Amino acid sequence: MHPAFSVIFLTTLTGVGQGLFLALYAAELGAAFDLLTVQHGQRFFAAGSALSLAFLAAGLLASFFHLGRPERAWRSAAMWRTSWLSREVIALPAFMAAVFAYGGAHYLGFGGTLTLGATGALLCFALFICTGMIYACLKFLQEWATPLTVINFILLGCASGFSFAAAFAAMTGSALVAVLVEWAVALTLAALCARAASLIRNSRIRPHSSLQTAIGIKHPRIAQKAQGFMGGSFNTREFFHGRAPTLLRAVKWGFLVLVFPLPVVLLLAGLALASAPLLALAFGVQYLGLVAERWFFFAQGNHPQNLYYQAIS
Amino acid sequence: MTQLALVIDLNVCVGCHACVTSCKEWNTSGEAGFLSDDNPYDRDPTGTFFNRVQTFEVGEFPDTQTVHFPKSCLHCEDPPCVPVCPTGASYKRAEDGIVLVDYDKCIGCKYCAWACPYGVREIDEHQKVMKKCTLCVDRIYDKNLPEAERKPACVQACPTSARLYGDIHDPESVVSKAIRDNGGYALMPEWGTHPANHYLPRRKTGMRIHEDELERAANPLKIDGLLPKPGVKEPALDDVTSW
Repeated sequence: MHPAFSVIFLTTLTGVGQGLFLALYAAELGAAFDLLTVQHGQRFFAAGSALSLAFLAAGLLASFFHLGRPERAWRSAAMWRTSWLSREVIALPAFMAAVFAYGGAHYLGFGGTLTLGATGALLCFALFICTGMIYACLKFLQEWATPLTVINFILLGCASGFSFAAAFAAMTGSALVAVLVEWAVALTLAALCARAASLIRNSRIRPHSSLQTAIGIKHPRIAQKAQGFMGGSFNTREFFHGRAPTLLRAVKWGFLVLVFPLPVVLLLAGLALASAPLLALAFGVQYLGLVAERWFFFAQGNHPQNLYYQAIS
Repeated sequence: MTQLALVIDLNVCVGCHACVTSCKEWNTSGEAGFLSDDNPYDRDPTGTFFNRVQTFEVGEFPDTQTVHFPKSCLHCEDPPCVPVCPTGASYKRAEDGIVLVDYDKCIGCKYCAWACPYGVREIDEHQKVMKKCTLCVDRIYDKNLPEAERKPACVQACPTSARLYGDIHDPESVVSKAIRDNGGYALMPEWGTHPANHYLPRRKTGMRIHEDELERAANPLKIDGLLPKPGVKEPALDDVTSW
Protein backbone atom coordinates (compact mmCIF):
# COMPACT_ATOMS: atom_id res chain seq x y z
CA MET A 1 0.00 0.00 0.00
CA HIS A 2 1.02 3.61 -0.43
CA PRO A 3 1.74 4.95 3.07
CA ALA A 4 -0.18 8.16 3.77
CA PHE A 5 1.54 10.44 6.26
CA SER A 6 -1.81 11.67 7.55
CA VAL A 7 -2.61 8.16 8.76
CA ILE A 8 0.95 7.56 9.96
CA PHE A 9 0.75 10.66 12.16
CA LEU A 10 -2.81 9.88 13.24
CA THR A 11 -1.94 6.41 14.51
CA THR A 12 1.42 7.30 16.07
CA LEU A 13 0.31 10.54 17.75
CA THR A 14 -2.87 9.10 19.22
CA GLY A 15 -0.76 6.11 20.33
CA VAL A 16 1.51 8.43 22.33
CA GLY A 17 -1.50 10.26 23.78
CA GLN A 18 -3.13 7.01 24.79
CA GLY A 19 0.06 5.58 26.29
CA LEU A 20 0.68 8.82 28.18
CA PHE A 21 -2.82 8.73 29.65
CA LEU A 22 -2.41 5.10 30.66
CA ALA A 23 0.93 5.98 32.31
CA LEU A 24 -0.74 8.76 34.31
CA TYR A 25 -3.61 6.57 35.35
CA ALA A 26 -1.29 3.67 36.21
CA ALA A 27 0.72 6.04 38.40
CA GLU A 28 -2.40 7.24 40.19
CA LEU A 29 -3.70 3.70 40.55
CA GLY A 30 -0.34 2.56 41.93
CA ALA A 31 -0.39 5.37 44.43
CA ALA A 32 -3.96 4.53 45.44
CA PHE A 33 -2.89 0.99 46.27
CA ASP A 34 0.24 2.26 48.05
CA LEU A 35 2.51 0.63 45.51
CA LEU A 36 4.08 3.87 44.37
CA THR A 37 5.18 7.19 45.73
CA VAL A 38 2.09 9.26 46.16
CA GLN A 39 2.03 12.14 43.75
CA HIS A 40 0.96 15.12 45.74
CA GLY A 41 1.22 17.49 42.82
CA GLN A 42 -2.20 17.44 41.22
CA ARG A 43 -0.65 19.62 38.56
CA PHE A 44 1.40 16.64 37.36
CA PHE A 45 -1.78 14.80 36.38
CA ALA A 46 -3.49 17.88 35.04
CA ALA A 47 -0.53 18.91 32.89
CA GLY A 48 0.03 15.30 31.79
CA SER A 49 -3.61 15.03 30.73
CA ALA A 50 -3.29 18.28 28.83
CA LEU A 51 -0.26 16.92 26.99
CA SER A 52 -2.09 13.68 26.26
CA LEU A 53 -4.96 15.73 24.88
CA ALA A 54 -2.54 17.71 22.76
CA PHE A 55 -1.18 14.51 21.21
CA LEU A 56 -4.69 13.20 20.59
CA ALA A 57 -5.79 16.50 19.07
CA ALA A 58 -2.74 16.54 16.81
CA GLY A 59 -3.58 13.01 15.69
CA LEU A 60 -7.19 14.00 15.06
CA LEU A 61 -6.01 17.00 13.06
CA ALA A 62 -3.69 14.78 11.00
CA SER A 63 -6.60 12.47 10.20
CA PHE A 64 -8.47 15.30 8.48
CA PHE A 65 -5.69 15.57 5.92
CA HIS A 66 -6.50 12.03 4.85
CA LEU A 67 -10.03 12.96 3.84
CA GLY A 68 -10.95 14.22 0.41
CA ARG A 69 -13.97 15.98 1.90
CA PRO A 70 -13.03 16.92 5.48
CA GLU A 71 -16.10 19.16 5.81
CA ARG A 72 -18.24 16.02 5.77
CA ALA A 73 -16.19 14.27 8.46
CA TRP A 74 -19.12 14.44 10.91
CA ARG A 75 -20.94 11.90 8.78
CA SER A 76 -18.35 9.25 9.53
CA ALA A 77 -19.86 8.37 12.91
CA ALA A 78 -22.93 6.94 11.19
CA MET A 79 -22.00 3.34 10.45
CA TRP A 80 -20.56 2.24 13.80
CA ARG A 81 -22.54 -1.00 13.58
CA THR A 82 -20.38 -2.30 10.73
CA SER A 83 -17.33 -0.08 10.28
CA TRP A 84 -14.26 -0.05 12.53
CA LEU A 85 -13.34 3.33 11.06
CA SER A 86 -16.68 4.70 12.19
CA ARG A 87 -16.14 3.19 15.63
CA GLU A 88 -12.75 4.88 15.82
CA VAL A 89 -14.34 8.17 14.88
CA ILE A 90 -16.60 7.79 17.93
CA ALA A 91 -13.99 6.33 20.28
CA LEU A 92 -11.38 9.06 19.70
CA PRO A 93 -13.50 12.07 20.76
CA ALA A 94 -15.04 10.01 23.58
CA PHE A 95 -11.58 9.18 24.87
CA MET A 96 -10.49 12.81 24.49
CA ALA A 97 -13.50 13.86 26.55
CA ALA A 98 -12.55 11.34 29.23
CA VAL A 99 -8.94 12.61 29.31
CA PHE A 100 -10.26 16.18 29.52
CA ALA A 101 -12.54 15.23 32.41
CA TYR A 102 -9.73 13.34 34.14
CA GLY A 103 -7.29 16.23 33.82
CA GLY A 104 -9.94 18.76 34.75
CA ALA A 105 -10.92 16.84 37.86
CA HIS A 106 -7.28 16.78 38.92
CA TYR A 107 -6.78 20.46 38.17
CA LEU A 108 -9.88 21.54 40.06
CA GLY A 109 -9.24 19.06 42.85
CA PHE A 110 -12.51 17.16 42.41
CA GLY A 111 -12.74 13.65 43.71
CA GLY A 112 -13.57 10.59 41.70
CA THR A 113 -10.51 10.80 39.51
CA LEU A 114 -9.95 7.05 39.85
CA THR A 115 -13.40 6.33 38.41
CA LEU A 116 -12.95 8.91 35.67
CA GLY A 117 -9.57 7.40 34.91
CA ALA A 118 -11.06 3.89 34.75
CA THR A 119 -13.58 5.13 32.18
CA GLY A 120 -10.74 6.76 30.30
CA ALA A 121 -8.64 3.58 30.36
CA LEU A 122 -11.58 1.58 29.03
CA LEU A 123 -12.13 4.08 26.21
CA CYS A 124 -8.38 4.12 25.60
CA PHE A 125 -8.32 0.37 24.96
CA ALA A 126 -11.50 0.63 22.88
CA LEU A 127 -9.72 3.22 20.75
CA PHE A 128 -6.61 1.05 20.40
CA ILE A 129 -8.78 -1.87 19.29
CA CYS A 130 -10.74 0.25 16.81
CA THR A 131 -7.56 1.70 15.30
CA GLY A 132 -5.92 -1.70 14.96
CA MET A 133 -9.04 -3.42 13.66
CA ILE A 134 -9.41 -0.88 10.83
CA TYR A 135 -6.41 -2.65 9.29
CA ALA A 136 -6.73 -6.11 10.82
CA CYS A 137 -10.29 -6.58 9.51
CA LEU A 138 -9.25 -6.39 5.85
CA LYS A 139 -8.77 -10.10 5.42
CA PHE A 140 -7.20 -10.06 1.97
CA LEU A 141 -4.48 -7.66 3.15
CA GLN A 142 -2.83 -10.69 4.66
CA GLU A 143 0.06 -8.73 6.23
CA TRP A 144 -2.47 -6.81 8.35
CA ALA A 145 -5.14 -9.43 8.95
CA THR A 146 -3.78 -10.74 12.21
CA PRO A 147 -4.39 -10.07 15.92
CA LEU A 148 -0.72 -9.02 16.03
CA THR A 149 -1.73 -5.79 14.27
CA VAL A 150 -3.95 -4.78 17.19
CA ILE A 151 -1.41 -5.99 19.77
CA ASN A 152 1.35 -3.98 18.08
CA PHE A 153 -0.75 -0.83 18.00
CA ILE A 154 -1.40 -1.24 21.73
CA LEU A 155 2.15 -2.10 22.75
CA LEU A 156 3.88 0.46 20.54
CA GLY A 157 1.45 3.19 21.62
CA CYS A 158 1.95 2.31 25.28
CA ALA A 159 5.74 2.11 24.92
CA SER A 160 5.99 5.56 23.33
CA GLY A 161 3.47 7.02 25.78
CA PHE A 162 5.34 5.68 28.79
CA SER A 163 8.65 6.97 27.36
CA PHE A 164 7.09 10.38 27.03
CA ALA A 165 5.66 10.11 30.54
CA ALA A 166 9.13 9.27 31.90
CA ALA A 167 10.63 12.34 30.22
CA PHE A 168 7.70 14.46 31.41
CA ALA A 169 8.11 13.19 34.99
CA ALA A 170 11.82 13.96 34.90
CA MET A 171 11.17 17.49 33.68
CA THR A 172 8.59 18.19 36.35
CA GLY A 173 10.84 16.71 39.00
CA SER A 174 8.45 13.93 39.83
CA ALA A 175 9.59 10.94 41.88
CA LEU A 176 7.85 8.67 39.37
CA VAL A 177 10.74 8.80 36.86
CA ALA A 178 12.30 5.50 37.90
CA VAL A 179 9.13 3.45 37.78
CA LEU A 180 8.00 5.06 34.52
CA VAL A 181 11.37 4.31 32.90
CA GLU A 182 11.07 0.70 34.07
CA TRP A 183 7.61 0.46 32.57
CA ALA A 184 8.67 2.14 29.36
CA VAL A 185 11.57 -0.27 28.97
CA ALA A 186 9.36 -3.29 29.74
CA LEU A 187 6.69 -2.14 27.25
CA THR A 188 9.31 -1.41 24.60
CA LEU A 189 10.75 -4.91 24.98
CA ALA A 190 7.26 -6.43 24.87
CA ALA A 191 6.53 -4.40 21.73
CA LEU A 192 9.78 -5.67 20.22
CA CYS A 193 8.63 -9.27 20.76
CA ALA A 194 5.22 -8.62 19.18
CA ARG A 195 6.57 -6.60 16.27
CA ALA A 196 9.26 -9.19 15.58
CA ALA A 197 6.56 -11.87 15.65
CA SER A 198 4.54 -9.97 13.05
CA LEU A 199 7.63 -9.39 10.88
CA ILE A 200 8.44 -13.11 10.97
CA ARG A 201 4.81 -13.98 10.25
CA ASN A 202 4.68 -11.58 7.31
CA SER A 203 7.90 -12.88 5.81
CA ARG A 204 6.32 -16.33 5.59
CA ILE A 205 2.97 -15.34 4.08
CA ARG A 206 1.79 -17.26 1.07
CA PRO A 207 -0.66 -15.09 -0.85
CA HIS A 208 -4.13 -16.62 -1.29
CA SER A 209 -4.71 -14.74 -4.52
CA SER A 210 -2.74 -15.17 -7.69
CA LEU A 211 -3.04 -13.98 -11.26
CA GLN A 212 -4.81 -17.29 -11.91
CA THR A 213 -7.59 -16.59 -9.41
CA ALA A 214 -7.62 -12.90 -10.34
CA ILE A 215 -8.62 -13.53 -13.95
CA GLY A 216 -9.84 -17.09 -13.48
CA ILE A 217 -7.60 -18.81 -16.01
CA LYS A 218 -5.90 -22.03 -15.07
CA HIS A 219 -2.42 -21.78 -16.49
CA PRO A 220 0.94 -21.51 -14.72
CA ARG A 221 2.25 -18.91 -17.19
CA ILE A 222 0.20 -15.74 -17.46
CA ALA A 223 1.80 -12.41 -18.28
CA GLN A 224 0.07 -9.07 -18.35
CA LYS A 225 0.49 -7.25 -21.64
CA ALA A 226 -1.65 -4.17 -21.01
CA GLN A 227 -3.41 -2.74 -17.98
CA GLY A 228 -5.87 -0.69 -19.96
CA PHE A 229 -4.10 2.68 -19.90
CA MET A 230 -0.64 4.05 -20.53
CA GLY A 231 -0.49 6.70 -17.80
CA GLY A 232 -1.10 6.18 -14.11
CA SER A 233 -4.38 5.80 -12.29
CA PHE A 234 -5.65 5.70 -8.74
CA ASN A 235 -5.02 1.96 -8.84
CA THR A 236 -1.35 2.35 -9.67
CA ARG A 237 -0.79 5.16 -7.15
CA GLU A 238 -2.75 4.14 -4.06
CA PHE A 239 -1.87 0.49 -3.65
CA PHE A 240 1.89 0.37 -4.06
CA HIS A 241 4.59 2.25 -2.16
CA GLY A 242 6.64 2.68 -5.34
CA ARG A 243 9.95 2.33 -3.51
CA ALA A 244 12.84 -0.01 -4.08
CA PRO A 245 13.09 -3.14 -1.91
CA THR A 246 16.40 -1.84 -0.58
CA LEU A 247 14.69 1.24 0.86
CA LEU A 248 12.06 -0.96 2.44
CA ARG A 249 14.75 -3.08 4.05
CA ALA A 250 16.56 0.04 5.25
CA VAL A 251 13.36 1.42 6.81
CA LYS A 252 12.72 -1.93 8.49
CA TRP A 253 16.14 -2.13 10.11
CA GLY A 254 15.98 1.60 10.81
CA PHE A 255 12.81 1.32 12.83
CA LEU A 256 13.98 -1.87 14.53
CA VAL A 257 16.95 0.13 15.88
CA LEU A 258 15.16 3.44 16.51
CA VAL A 259 12.05 2.07 18.24
CA PHE A 260 13.52 -0.63 20.42
CA PRO A 261 17.22 -0.84 21.48
CA LEU A 262 18.19 2.83 21.17
CA PRO A 263 15.35 4.20 23.32
CA VAL A 264 15.94 1.46 25.89
CA VAL A 265 19.61 2.45 26.19
CA LEU A 266 18.72 6.15 26.31
CA LEU A 267 15.99 5.58 28.89
CA LEU A 268 18.29 3.60 31.17
CA ALA A 269 21.12 6.11 30.67
CA GLY A 270 18.72 8.97 31.37
CA LEU A 271 17.61 7.26 34.56
CA ALA A 272 21.17 6.46 35.67
CA LEU A 273 22.41 9.99 34.98
CA ALA A 274 19.14 11.57 36.17
CA SER A 275 19.09 13.49 32.92
CA ALA A 276 15.77 14.76 31.66
CA PRO A 277 17.15 15.73 28.20
CA LEU A 278 18.34 12.16 27.67
CA LEU A 279 14.86 10.84 28.50
CA ALA A 280 13.32 13.38 26.13
CA LEU A 281 15.79 12.26 23.48
CA ALA A 282 14.74 8.66 24.13
CA PHE A 283 11.14 9.58 23.39
CA GLY A 284 12.13 11.64 20.35
CA VAL A 285 14.15 8.80 18.88
CA GLN A 286 11.40 6.31 19.58
CA TYR A 287 8.74 8.52 17.99
CA LEU A 288 10.87 9.01 14.90
CA GLY A 289 11.28 5.25 14.76
CA LEU A 290 7.55 4.78 15.14
CA VAL A 291 6.90 6.99 12.12
CA ALA A 292 9.24 4.71 10.17
CA GLU A 293 7.55 1.65 11.69
CA ARG A 294 4.10 2.81 10.63
CA TRP A 295 5.41 3.72 7.16
CA PHE A 296 6.78 0.22 6.83
CA PHE A 297 3.55 -1.29 8.16
CA PHE A 298 1.57 0.38 5.37
CA ALA A 299 4.18 -0.22 2.69
CA GLN A 300 4.31 -3.92 3.52
CA GLY A 301 0.58 -4.40 2.94
CA ASN A 302 0.36 -6.19 -0.40
CA HIS A 303 -3.04 -5.53 -1.90
CA PRO A 304 -4.38 -8.26 -4.24
CA GLN A 305 -5.59 -5.58 -6.68
CA ASN A 306 -1.92 -5.11 -7.63
CA LEU A 307 -2.22 -8.41 -9.50
CA TYR A 308 -4.22 -6.53 -12.13
CA TYR A 309 -1.57 -3.81 -12.52
CA GLN A 310 1.72 -5.52 -13.23
CA ALA A 311 2.63 -4.17 -16.67
CA ILE A 312 1.71 -0.90 -18.35
CA SER A 313 1.90 -2.13 -21.90
CA MET B 1 -34.63 -10.82 -5.05
CA THR B 2 -33.04 -9.34 -8.09
CA GLN B 3 -29.30 -9.19 -8.62
CA LEU B 4 -28.43 -7.34 -11.77
CA ALA B 5 -25.04 -8.21 -13.17
CA LEU B 6 -22.85 -8.39 -16.22
CA VAL B 7 -21.56 -11.58 -17.73
CA ILE B 8 -18.44 -11.04 -19.80
CA ASP B 9 -17.52 -13.60 -22.41
CA LEU B 10 -13.74 -13.79 -22.65
CA ASN B 11 -14.16 -16.07 -25.63
CA VAL B 12 -15.69 -13.23 -27.62
CA CYS B 13 -14.04 -10.07 -26.27
CA VAL B 14 -11.62 -8.64 -28.84
CA GLY B 15 -10.22 -5.95 -26.57
CA CYS B 16 -11.47 -2.99 -28.60
CA HIS B 17 -12.14 -0.76 -25.54
CA ALA B 18 -15.52 0.31 -26.96
CA CYS B 19 -17.07 -0.50 -23.56
CA VAL B 20 -14.48 1.71 -21.86
CA THR B 21 -15.12 4.74 -24.05
CA SER B 22 -18.87 4.25 -24.08
CA CYS B 23 -18.89 3.95 -20.28
CA LYS B 24 -16.77 7.05 -19.89
CA GLU B 25 -18.92 9.00 -22.35
CA TRP B 26 -22.17 8.12 -20.63
CA ASN B 27 -20.98 8.48 -17.08
CA THR B 28 -19.02 11.70 -17.53
CA SER B 29 -22.11 13.36 -19.03
CA GLY B 30 -24.61 12.30 -16.43
CA GLU B 31 -26.33 14.22 -13.69
CA ALA B 32 -23.93 12.77 -11.11
CA GLY B 33 -21.20 14.96 -12.55
CA PHE B 34 -18.14 14.44 -14.66
CA LEU B 35 -15.37 11.89 -14.23
CA SER B 36 -12.22 13.98 -13.90
CA ASP B 37 -9.23 13.61 -16.15
CA ASP B 38 -5.81 15.20 -15.84
CA ASN B 39 -3.49 15.80 -18.81
CA PRO B 40 -5.79 13.90 -21.17
CA TYR B 41 -3.79 15.02 -24.22
CA ASP B 42 -0.45 15.47 -22.50
CA ARG B 43 2.27 13.48 -20.83
CA ASP B 44 1.17 11.11 -18.06
CA PRO B 45 -2.56 11.25 -18.72
CA THR B 46 -4.67 10.01 -15.84
CA GLY B 47 -8.34 9.92 -15.08
CA THR B 48 -11.28 8.25 -13.43
CA PHE B 49 -12.79 5.31 -15.22
CA PHE B 50 -15.43 2.77 -14.19
CA ASN B 51 -14.27 0.16 -16.66
CA ARG B 52 -10.89 -0.95 -17.93
CA VAL B 53 -9.89 -3.54 -20.49
CA GLN B 54 -6.67 -5.34 -19.72
CA THR B 55 -4.75 -7.81 -21.82
CA PHE B 56 -3.03 -10.96 -20.66
CA GLU B 57 -0.94 -13.48 -22.51
CA VAL B 58 -1.56 -17.01 -21.37
CA GLY B 59 1.07 -19.63 -22.13
CA GLU B 60 4.45 -19.40 -23.76
CA PHE B 61 5.27 -18.68 -27.38
CA PRO B 62 4.30 -20.24 -29.73
CA ASP B 63 1.54 -21.82 -27.71
CA THR B 64 -0.14 -18.64 -26.46
CA GLN B 65 -3.58 -17.21 -26.06
CA THR B 66 -4.22 -13.48 -25.86
CA VAL B 67 -6.98 -12.82 -23.36
CA HIS B 68 -8.66 -9.43 -23.23
CA PHE B 69 -10.09 -8.92 -19.80
CA PRO B 70 -12.64 -6.15 -19.12
CA LYS B 71 -12.75 -5.23 -15.45
CA SER B 72 -15.35 -3.15 -13.65
CA CYS B 73 -17.19 -3.32 -10.32
CA LEU B 74 -18.45 -6.87 -9.85
CA HIS B 75 -21.43 -5.80 -7.67
CA CYS B 76 -20.57 -8.50 -5.14
CA GLU B 77 -23.42 -10.18 -3.36
CA ASP B 78 -21.37 -9.87 -0.17
CA PRO B 79 -19.47 -6.66 -0.92
CA PRO B 80 -16.51 -6.08 1.44
CA CYS B 81 -16.47 -2.37 0.50
CA VAL B 82 -19.93 -1.63 1.94
CA PRO B 83 -19.65 -2.50 5.66
CA VAL B 84 -16.34 -0.65 6.06
CA CYS B 85 -17.73 2.68 4.83
CA PRO B 86 -17.96 4.96 7.89
CA THR B 87 -20.64 7.25 6.48
CA GLY B 88 -22.94 4.81 4.72
CA ALA B 89 -22.12 6.45 1.39
CA SER B 90 -21.29 3.01 -0.03
CA TYR B 91 -24.36 0.86 -0.14
CA LYS B 92 -25.91 -2.08 -1.89
CA ARG B 93 -29.41 -1.56 -3.20
CA ALA B 94 -31.87 -4.10 -1.85
CA GLU B 95 -34.12 -3.96 -4.91
CA ASP B 96 -31.58 -4.83 -7.61
CA GLY B 97 -28.28 -5.58 -5.85
CA ILE B 98 -26.35 -2.70 -7.46
CA VAL B 99 -23.51 -1.40 -5.28
CA LEU B 100 -23.48 2.39 -5.37
CA VAL B 101 -21.71 5.36 -3.81
CA ASP B 102 -23.70 8.35 -2.63
CA TYR B 103 -21.38 11.12 -3.82
CA ASP B 104 -23.03 13.58 -1.43
CA LYS B 105 -22.17 11.50 1.63
CA CYS B 106 -18.71 10.23 0.63
CA ILE B 107 -15.87 11.83 2.64
CA GLY B 108 -13.14 10.48 0.35
CA CYS B 109 -11.34 8.42 2.99
CA LYS B 110 -10.56 5.68 0.42
CA TYR B 111 -11.19 2.93 2.98
CA CYS B 112 -13.67 1.21 0.63
CA ALA B 113 -11.03 1.08 -2.11
CA TRP B 114 -8.66 -0.58 0.36
CA ALA B 115 -11.41 -3.05 1.21
CA CYS B 116 -12.04 -4.08 -2.41
CA PRO B 117 -9.73 -6.89 -3.55
CA TYR B 118 -10.48 -6.21 -7.22
CA GLY B 119 -9.34 -2.59 -7.38
CA VAL B 120 -12.44 -1.35 -9.16
CA ARG B 121 -13.03 1.78 -7.12
CA GLU B 122 -11.26 4.92 -8.20
CA ILE B 123 -11.20 8.21 -6.39
CA ASP B 124 -12.09 11.29 -8.39
CA GLU B 125 -9.03 13.47 -7.84
CA HIS B 126 -11.01 16.69 -8.28
CA GLN B 127 -14.36 15.97 -6.68
CA LYS B 128 -12.54 14.00 -3.96
CA VAL B 129 -15.17 11.28 -3.73
CA MET B 130 -14.97 7.58 -4.53
CA LYS B 131 -16.40 6.52 -7.86
CA LYS B 132 -17.25 3.19 -9.36
CA CYS B 133 -19.43 1.43 -11.90
CA THR B 134 -23.12 2.15 -11.31
CA LEU B 135 -24.29 -0.46 -13.81
CA CYS B 136 -25.71 2.64 -15.52
CA VAL B 137 -28.43 2.87 -12.91
CA ASP B 138 -29.41 6.19 -14.51
CA ARG B 139 -30.01 4.41 -17.80
CA ILE B 140 -31.48 1.01 -17.16
CA TYR B 141 -34.65 2.40 -15.54
CA ASP B 142 -35.03 5.44 -17.79
CA LYS B 143 -38.52 5.31 -19.27
CA ASN B 144 -37.56 7.99 -21.80
CA LEU B 145 -35.19 5.61 -23.52
CA PRO B 146 -36.47 3.00 -25.95
CA GLU B 147 -36.70 -0.33 -24.15
CA ALA B 148 -33.84 -1.83 -26.17
CA GLU B 149 -31.51 0.89 -24.90
CA ARG B 150 -32.32 0.40 -21.24
CA LYS B 151 -29.10 -1.42 -20.53
CA PRO B 152 -25.62 -0.36 -19.42
CA ALA B 153 -23.66 1.75 -21.89
CA CYS B 154 -20.88 -0.82 -22.07
CA VAL B 155 -23.30 -3.60 -23.01
CA GLN B 156 -24.88 -1.39 -25.62
CA ALA B 157 -21.49 -0.55 -27.12
CA CYS B 158 -19.93 -4.00 -27.29
CA PRO B 159 -19.60 -4.86 -31.00
CA THR B 160 -19.14 -8.58 -30.38
CA SER B 161 -21.84 -8.98 -27.72
CA ALA B 162 -19.22 -10.11 -25.25
CA ARG B 163 -21.12 -8.35 -22.48
CA LEU B 164 -24.41 -9.78 -21.35
CA TYR B 165 -26.62 -8.05 -18.83
CA GLY B 166 -29.45 -9.33 -16.68
CA ASP B 167 -30.65 -10.72 -13.37
CA ILE B 168 -28.49 -13.60 -12.20
CA HIS B 169 -31.11 -14.60 -9.62
CA ASP B 170 -33.63 -15.33 -12.35
CA PRO B 171 -32.75 -18.84 -13.57
CA GLU B 172 -34.26 -18.16 -16.98
CA SER B 173 -32.41 -14.91 -17.64
CA VAL B 174 -29.87 -14.74 -20.45
CA VAL B 175 -27.06 -14.24 -17.94
CA SER B 176 -28.06 -17.20 -15.75
CA LYS B 177 -28.27 -19.44 -18.78
CA ALA B 178 -24.90 -18.21 -20.04
CA ILE B 179 -23.27 -18.88 -16.67
CA ARG B 180 -24.88 -22.29 -16.42
CA ASP B 181 -24.29 -23.47 -19.94
CA ASN B 182 -20.85 -22.01 -20.57
CA GLY B 183 -19.02 -22.48 -17.30
CA GLY B 184 -19.32 -18.92 -15.99
CA TYR B 185 -17.05 -18.21 -13.03
CA ALA B 186 -16.41 -15.50 -10.44
CA LEU B 187 -13.09 -13.71 -9.80
CA MET B 188 -11.05 -14.40 -6.67
CA PRO B 189 -13.55 -16.78 -5.13
CA GLU B 190 -11.14 -17.24 -2.20
CA TRP B 191 -12.37 -14.08 -0.46
CA GLY B 192 -16.02 -15.05 -0.28
CA THR B 193 -17.26 -11.84 -1.87
CA HIS B 194 -19.63 -13.71 -4.24
CA PRO B 195 -19.26 -11.36 -7.19
CA ALA B 196 -22.45 -10.94 -9.17
CA ASN B 197 -20.56 -10.32 -12.39
CA HIS B 198 -19.33 -13.52 -13.97
CA TYR B 199 -16.87 -14.32 -16.71
CA LEU B 200 -17.24 -16.94 -19.39
CA PRO B 201 -14.00 -18.78 -20.12
CA ARG B 202 -12.16 -19.12 -23.40
CA ARG B 203 -13.67 -22.06 -25.27
CA LYS B 204 -12.21 -23.99 -28.16
CA THR B 205 -14.71 -25.72 -30.35
CA GLY B 206 -13.32 -29.20 -30.68
CA MET B 207 -14.60 -32.46 -32.15
CA ARG B 208 -13.61 -35.80 -30.82
CA ILE B 209 -13.35 -38.47 -33.55
CA HIS B 210 -12.81 -42.04 -32.48
CA GLU B 211 -10.88 -44.61 -34.54
CA ASP B 212 -13.96 -46.66 -35.30
CA GLU B 213 -15.60 -43.61 -36.80
CA LEU B 214 -12.82 -43.30 -39.41
CA GLU B 215 -12.76 -47.03 -40.22
CA ARG B 216 -16.02 -48.83 -39.66
CA ALA B 217 -15.47 -51.72 -37.26
CA ALA B 218 -18.36 -53.66 -38.81
CA ASN B 219 -16.94 -53.46 -42.35
CA PRO B 220 -17.27 -57.02 -43.73
CA LEU B 221 -13.95 -56.63 -45.54
CA LYS B 222 -12.28 -56.18 -42.18
CA ILE B 223 -13.89 -59.34 -40.87
CA ASP B 224 -12.74 -61.97 -43.43
CA GLY B 225 -9.78 -59.94 -44.73
CA LEU B 226 -10.64 -60.81 -48.35
CA LEU B 227 -10.99 -58.10 -50.93
CA PRO B 228 -13.79 -58.57 -53.47
CA LYS B 229 -11.41 -58.44 -56.36
CA PRO B 230 -11.48 -61.14 -59.09
CA GLY B 231 -8.86 -63.90 -58.88
CA VAL B 232 -5.71 -63.80 -61.08
CA LYS B 233 -7.06 -66.50 -63.41
CA GLU B 234 -10.35 -64.85 -63.78
CA PRO B 235 -10.87 -62.81 -66.85
CA ALA B 236 -10.40 -59.17 -66.27
CA LEU B 237 -13.15 -56.71 -66.89
CA ASP B 238 -11.29 -55.20 -69.84
CA ASP B 239 -11.47 -58.19 -72.14
CA VAL B 240 -14.49 -59.99 -70.80
CA THR B 241 -17.97 -58.89 -71.19
CA SER B 242 -19.65 -61.91 -69.54
CA TRP B 243 -18.60 -60.90 -65.97
